[in-house]
Amino acid sequence: MATGTRFISGLVMDENVTLTLGELSRSCGVSAEWVIELVDEGVLQPLGRHPSEWRFQGDALRRAQTALRLVQDLRLNLAGAALALELLDEIEELRCQVRRGEP
Amino acid sequence: MEFKDYYRILGVSRDASQDDIKRAYRKLARKYHPDVSKEADAEQRFKEVGEAYEVLKDPEKRKAYDQFGANWKEGQEFRPPPGWEHGFEFSGGGFTDTADFSDFFEALFGRAARARHRSGFRARGEDQVARVTIDLEDAYRGATRAIGLTVPELSPEGHVVNRPRTLNVKIPAGITEGQRIRLAGQGAPGIGNGPPGDLYLEVVIRPHRLFRLDKRDIYLDLPVTPWEVALGATVTVPTLGGNVELKIPAGSQNDRKLRLKGRGLPGDPPGDQYVILKLVTPPADSEQARAFYERMARELPMNPRRDMGG
Repeated sequence: MATGTRFISGLVMDENVTLTLGELSRSCGVSAEWVIELVDEGVLQPLGRHPSEWRFQGDALRRAQTALRLVQDLRLNLAGAALALELLDEIEELRCQVRRGEP
Repeated sequence: MEFKDYYRILGVSRDASQDDIKRAYRKLARKYHPDVSKEADAEQRFKEVGEAYEVLKDPEKRKAYDQFGANWKEGQEFRPPPGWEHGFEFSGGGFTDTADFSDFFEALFGRAARARHRSGFRARGEDQVARVTIDLEDAYRGATRAIGLTVPELSPEGHVVNRPRTLNVKIPAGITEGQRIRLAGQGAPGIGNGPPGDLYLEVVIRPHRLFRLDKRDIYLDLPVTPWEVALGATVTVPTLGGNVELKIPAGSQNDRKLRLKGRGLPGDPPGDQYVILKLVTPPADSEQARAFYERMARELPMNPRRDMGG
């Protein structure tokens, strides 16, 4: 690559990033009510008691977007999307166990 | 442009019923959904399947498409005959975002998509997700990548054209599998005067010859000899940061896990490297070696199957 190329940096959406309910809703392009439903369904687990105090970790954005796409693309309802996400988590955990070399 | 064989993409015959087409689509949509599938080209396949269904689910579009007959082959150079769409009225795309579809689709059925974009409506551009594949060494040290994207744009004539675009992106050290990097304002352009969406880069890390990755921790299988585990030893172990010396405690067994603190991917806190001892025994392939094993059997008797009642 030629020298002088400008590289842009982004924000890594890890556990050090926290989002409020409003920020998360805007980032996903959905209403706050929809995000609250995701919390009620157990898909997202924010810190804090009241919705106005909720803080979501960076990974919540990926989960919310995945749920949104599953609902839109595969015509799932929220409970179905929540189930799919839980199963995907379980597959990922099993993959990690394989990588760690655990039986 | 290249001809697209929508029947082949959905894996149905040309005389498939609308129900068969729907079932084939739904099954493939679940299989290749980018959030479900781990396949590298899942996103591309999912779009292709969506495009095929967009045409074949609509009896009018299907009829129009069918007049090209079965003689066309996937990938063949294709130009629609002038005035070919005469007599067909397309109702336009439904839920699917046709802006991502191929030039082939746009040439045949693009009018509906254009009508939608002309309505003087203002909206924030869509967020996009792209996958970037890096080596484990890149995740350890950080890297830069040129990301190729296509951006749907409206030409002055009102056609949707896919403009190729390259983004040079810094990938920070310590990024792990599946994490996303948000690049604000680098997503799809807004509609009207709306702001652009964001681009999310999802990181995929290529499997490594030696190391396995779990979040920020690294796992390494280390072959060791019987005398190294029995008597203890100091051995050289590769890590992403270079070789280090590891002390194997005397009396270790196969599968013992030893931790090299902070030798995983950088971060706050950094990951660790786990070394898993894998006992390798020398072959009894000579008279001398056999005699040595026989002596061990006599002088070091043990029954490893005692707990099995053996």
